[in-house]
Amino acid sequence: MEEAIVRIQGLTKRYGQVLAVDHLDLEIAPGEVFGLLGPNGAGKTTTTLMLLGLTEPDSGTAAIDGRDCTRQPLLVKREVGYLPDSVGFYPDLTGRENLRFSGALNGLPPEECERRAEALLERVGMTYAADRKAGTYSRGMKQRLGIADVLMKDPRVIIMDEPTLGIDPEGIRELMTLIRELSVRDGRTILISSHQLYQVQQICDRVGIFVRGRLIACGPIGQLGRQLQSEGRYLLELRTDRPGTLAEALNGLEGVRTAEQGAEEGLLRVESVRDIRRELTMLAAERGCALLELRQRGGDLEEIYRNYFEKAGDSHDDADHPADPAGKGRALAAALRRRIFRA
Amino acid sequence: MPRRCAGASSAREGTGLAALYRKELSDHLNSKRFLLIFALLLVVTTASLGGAVTTLFGGSTESTEFLFLRLFTTGSSSIYSFATFLAFLGPLAGITLGFDAVNTERSQGTLIRLAAQPIYRDAILNAKFLAGATVIGLIVAALGLYFCGAAMLLTGLVPGGEEILRVIAFLLLSAVYICVWLALAVIFSVVCRHAATAALACISIWLFLSLFMSLVASGIANAVYPLSGMEGILNMVDNYELELAVNRISPYYLYSEAATTILNPSVRSIGVVTMSAASGAVASSLPFAQSLLLVWPHLVVMASLVLAGFAAAYIRFMRQEIRA
Repeated sequence: MEEAIVRIQGLTKRYGQVLAVDHLDLEIAPGEVFGLLGPNGAGKTTTTLMLLGLTEPDSGTAAIDGRDCTRQPLLVKREVGYLPDSVGFYPDLTGRENLRFSGALNGLPPEECERRAEALLERVGMTYAADRKAGTYSRGMKQRLGIADVLMKDPRVIIMDEPTLGIDPEGIRELMTLIRELSVRDGRTILISSHQLYQVQQICDRVGIFVRGRLIACGPIGQLGRQLQSEGRYLLELRTDRPGTLAEALNGLEGVRTAEQGAEEGLLRVESVRDIRRELTMLAAERGCALLELRQRGGDLEEIYRNYFEKAGDSHDDADHPADPAGKGRALAAALRRRIFRA
Repeated sequence: MPRRCAGASSAREGTGLAALYRKELSDHLNSKRFLLIFALLLVVTTASLGGAVTTLFGGSTESTEFLFLRLFTTGSSSIYSFATFLAFLGPLAGITLGFDAVNTERSQGTLIRLAAQPIYRDAILNAKFLAGATVIGLIVAALGLYFCGAAMLLTGLVPGGEEILRVIAFLLLSAVYICVWLALAVIFSVVCRHAATAALACISIWLFLSLFMSLVASGIANAVYPLSGMEGILNMVDNYELELAVNRISPYYLYSEAATTILNPSVRSIGVVTMSAASGAVASSLPFAQSLLLVWPHLVVMASLVLAGFAAAYIRFMRQEIRA
């Protein structure tokens, strides 16, 4: 890895009894898109606020481009653009005026503000509404203006808090393209915190899974998937014309934990401790079942997330939080899954 | 990779404050609220001037000394004087300009965006307070000039040098007085999450200090130094002094006292004057410097109230979590 631009060491923040961020260590390389994933209340926003020097850590350090985020917040904030989760603008100013004001706060001369605002409005596709009052903007428009606003200072690092929240699918697709472009074309480092996995996984170079203030897994998505498999969690999803027969046969196979029918017609989910694809095809042929679809799950973020999350939930309940109601982690995981599926 | 921006890295420390100040000022001046309060004060000023002119020129006046100044403090049977109106309605202007300074910024989600810019956090509060104080200065100056100009046109009186000085001192005093209420409103805008709560809190304090403080003061004074019975005679001075001291907690009272002294050169003392002190005194009005000396403590107290209020808001704001 190149010399890291974001360097977090042993970062800890406590709110009363609650440990919001627990000895977080993280390094992000220049030009990387890093996804900080976790449920609500995992400490993502606290972490981003500490990176901006807006919240003081109880211990540990965070540095961006070699500057301490707590001690030199002004220098850090010159290099870092922050898009908060529900970005707000002055409702009585137009979109363009809002951008101009941000430019002025960054000490840009008026001509430069004007030039950048124009170019950025074009880039985020907001030129058509630039001279309307920001109070009339929809959520998606605000988000796009928010990105233009962040780019006004031409930051090297961009931190986005839940950028996809409340935007329609088309808007999310555009947003993701834009974010990817910011990284690839402009070479900016981007840190996205989110609980919406599908959208984020498409554009992240690496992800970190953040639960209850701890980074429980960190790495490229593919690697996280393989890591899970080496721990004996294989997930297959298949579709057949005779699901009942095949499920019965699979449940008899050695190494299969569960094989259950999904809600959809002919869908089967199989969880096993080893790779059973070879046996599965032979078994299907023996029983005369046609395999219509076969897909290895676990390589995608949702599965990874769920598995890590369940693991983390288990160990947490036992060891660190005896006072916590048991199974809270699992309940959260279930809630999370529901949310993911709905999205 | 695009070229790094030279402007951002060489940004001077003050630019954030200046940009914020300009925005706040233009926000105030463009707001309907400002227009409304200004219109109200303008109407009230006109009315009080009319009342003063009728009273002073309608009947017989015992003295023509400082007649121009007396326009400021004279009301009629149906309308208060300009100074009284300013004492009572001035706070409303201060509250109007400050009660939603920080909490609206927070609720519309712009506070965190501001805080993420390379400016000091205190610059946000400083800019808001300075912009409010500037607007107050503008309002007071505009009303003062309007009053003087209209008075000169209506009565044909031309203020002398000392009168001009006294009017300027009075206007400065008024601006500081209204700033006290601005500082109070800014405190509540930091403390209260909702602008409405902050406004209500400010208004209740304003009404209490302006209308009910005198009742409380006399109540306390009478409880501590009863005026009934034999000891009542002995307690008279103590009673009065305690009542005065309690009254002076209220900036409304402080301002009224100071404004009267500045605008009325014949006021020679604020407080108790014993017969022995009064005997042998030459019956003439005080020179401007002496009047100023008399209200100097009032001015200092009000200025320090502004600073204390601002400091409280500042400390609270610096310790607050920025997130919504």
